[in-house]
Amino acid sequence: MSWWLSLSKPRLKSKKMKKSIVKEQFARLLMYLSIVIVLILVASIIWTIFSRGAKCLTWEMVTSLPGGGFYIGKEGGFLNAIVGSLYIVLASTAIGLIISVPVVFFLNVYLKTKSKLAYVARLAFDVLFGIPSIVYGAFAFTLMIYFGLRTSLLGGILVETLLIIPILIRSMDEVAKNFPRELLEASYSLGATRWETMGVVMRQIAPGIATATLLSVGRSIGDAAGVMFTAGFSDTIPTSLSQQVATLPLSIFFQLSAPQIEVQNRAYAAALVLTIIVLIISLLGRFITNRFSKHNLR
Amino acid sequence: MRTVTVVALLFVLVMGWGLYQKSAPILGEIPLWNLLTDSTWQPFKNQFGFLPFVMGTIWVTIIAIVISLPLSLFTAIFLTEYSRRCVKKIVYPALDILASLPSVIYGVWGTLVIVPWISDKLAPHFVDFSAGYTTLAAGIVLSIMVLPLLVSLFVELFSSVSVDLRDTAYALGSTRWQTAQKVVMRKSLPGIFASVVLAVSRALGETIAVLMVCGNLPQVPQSVFDACYPLPALIANNYGEMLSLPMYESALMFAALLLFVVVLLFNLVSRIILRKIEEN
Repeated sequence: MSWWLSLSKPRLKSKKMKKSIVKEQFARLLMYLSIVIVLILVASIIWTIFSRGAKCLTWEMVTSLPGGGFYIGKEGGFLNAIVGSLYIVLASTAIGLIISVPVVFFLNVYLKTKSKLAYVARLAFDVLFGIPSIVYGAFAFTLMIYFGLRTSLLGGILVETLLIIPILIRSMDEVAKNFPRELLEASYSLGATRWETMGVVMRQIAPGIATATLLSVGRSIGDAAGVMFTAGFSDTIPTSLSQQVATLPLSIFFQLSAPQIEVQNRAYAAALVLTIIVLIISLLGRFITNRFSKHNLR
Repeated sequence: MRTVTVVALLFVLVMGWGLYQKSAPILGEIPLWNLLTDSTWQPFKNQFGFLPFVMGTIWVTIIAIVISLPLSLFTAIFLTEYSRRCVKKIVYPALDILASLPSVIYGVWGTLVIVPWISDKLAPHFVDFSAGYTTLAAGIVLSIMVLPLLVSLFVELFSSVSVDLRDTAYALGSTRWQTAQKVVMRKSLPGIFASVVLAVSRALGETIAVLMVCGNLPQVPQSVFDACYPLPALIANNYGEMLSLPMYESALMFAALLLFVVVLLFNLVSRIILRKIEEN
């Protein structure tokens, strides 16, 4: 019977119905359009960076330090910036983890679910997450002046640590929040202390810690505004914490503002290197979330 | 552990206090209202008018939101209400890439693509000449940077609207778009508002990408084809010379304080609203 009904349907369409069908189609059109625009934008960015950078990138650039006359187009590479970025990112991530893992445990294991302190703390970290890195940079700069520090590797590590702590905490917390309370209770009922129970928690949120770490590495390796004030810039690889250090984003920025084409080309090459690093980190994050979280209890 | 948590909490206050201490000298000399409404910026003559920078920031942010809001709303509605798995499999990773790219990469892309496009293709239709380094360029670049944030917030909001509500709308004979518009979007209206506020606060603080394409002229932009000079760019461009004059340093720290306070308030409001929605 139903095929007969569907045959007679078109005749039943009222004016109002037609109008809503037209609206529906128009809305669909707009949606397809937005999706296409988004995809084109992503493709354009990736394509621009890769095609422009690949033309200029040479092996020498990623393996050598800036030579004499580097900023007027003479030979040399930006190894100083790559290593500098790695130093800052690795150190700040390590310190950030040492500080933020206990905070996440405290929020999720020690405090009750409806605790006021946990609410305020989460809100505060969300807010800190939103504070722009330029403000972190300005603040860290005043702190450094107050303590008599100069722009240095130490300063860069300091500001990046401050910057990523909220990211680390909030993204680990999102995972830890879904942690089944029953597991805690099971552990307690076997006579484990809260400290011992943490081992159980740790195993469950390990993928969360990994993705949070990658997220913050991605954020701190790409941050320019924070290190601008605090880390300075140098053409060599620092050998102590008190020396200035170059970073990849700043190296791109400085080289791009030079008038010489050769220097600008190197900026595009450096942009390609940075993009590749960031894309690898982001892919790795996706892989870890997909691969390892399926063993977890929900 | 409790101490670490509390210290981290206090950090927000310490940051505000520190920036306030540093900007106290200029606030003592020039009243707040004059600082914000005066438009002459000549630090070495002791004239600090922040109006060009404030207006630059506001203009760039408005353009960014005007572009990214419809784009992200339609994308999010499509992702939650319409699309099949295969579309999601392409779009989500694409948004992930957008979210993970550093600010400076957007800046490079902006100077390579958006700036020439504006100066060669778009601007000649409207004005005699434009170098391309304009308020519009900064707004466009910024809109793409906040896009992944907005889409992910919207997707979360829309998928938290209960399926029963949708079924009811369908049962009453409404089309998909009517359901999306009158049920899903209406239901998440406070959330949409909060997400936009959050995106605004993200846009306010963006530094390097905007700095690279905005033109950096301390003037109040008269049209979108004028160069502008937002607050973060001001701080970033002048950090080197600011130590030469105590008042100059104080002025830049005041700019940082201004950003801090506005972003803090916006973040607080939006996060509290979003938290409320999440709990329900």
